[in-house]
Amino acid sequence: MIVATNVAFGLLTVGLALALVRLLRGPSIADRVVATDLFLTFLVMGAGVLSVRSGEGAYLEVMLVVAVVGFLGTAMVARFIERRGA
Amino acid sequence: MSVLDWASAVLVVVGAALGAVGGLGLVRLPDVFARMHAATKAPTMGLVLVVLAAALQVADAADLGLLALVVMLQFLTAPVGAHLIGRAAYDAGGLLSEDTVLDELAEADDA
Repeated sequence: MIVATNVAFGLLTVGLALALVRLLRGPSIADRVVATDLFLTFLVMGAGVLSVRSGEGAYLEVMLVVAVVGFLGTAMVARFIERRGA
Repeated sequence: MSVLDWASAVLVVVGAALGAVGGLGLVRLPDVFARMHAATKAPTMGLVLVVLAAALQVADAADLGLLALVVMLQFLTAPVGAHLIGRAAYDAGGLLSEDTVLDELAEADDA
């Protein structure tokens, strides 16, 4: 289980790095928001992998909260783009 | 390791791989609309697989409820969020790739 979760963490790290590349390069606000959204999805998945590794349910609340906050952020920035342009 | 452990080991690796594929699409695809397509579909499936793996490992029934809630929330918010961003980005204009061959929304707006 330790090996499998280590491999999963490695893959998630690759994904996070790629999302970070898009976050830094843009070029529009919309690109950055999509990248941030994916970034937060990776955090949720990371919390899930942690709970697989430990067998504890303590990380599941983190998954829920990060998912909700991520969606709120996306919706807010979408409103911002509608008013100001991307 | 029991059968359940093997199952969740496979699920967690495949789920994380799907997430990484989403990240690859985010970097490689040409415009924001293609990128949000890559960033919402594969990672959502990956999250479902990781959640399934976690569901096989946690013992508490309340934890299973939380996991189901996480999946439901992701299925509700990922398409809605991508739609909001897509609509706002399209209205802002100028973000479509030069390789775009068909823009049905523009034709519908002209009509």
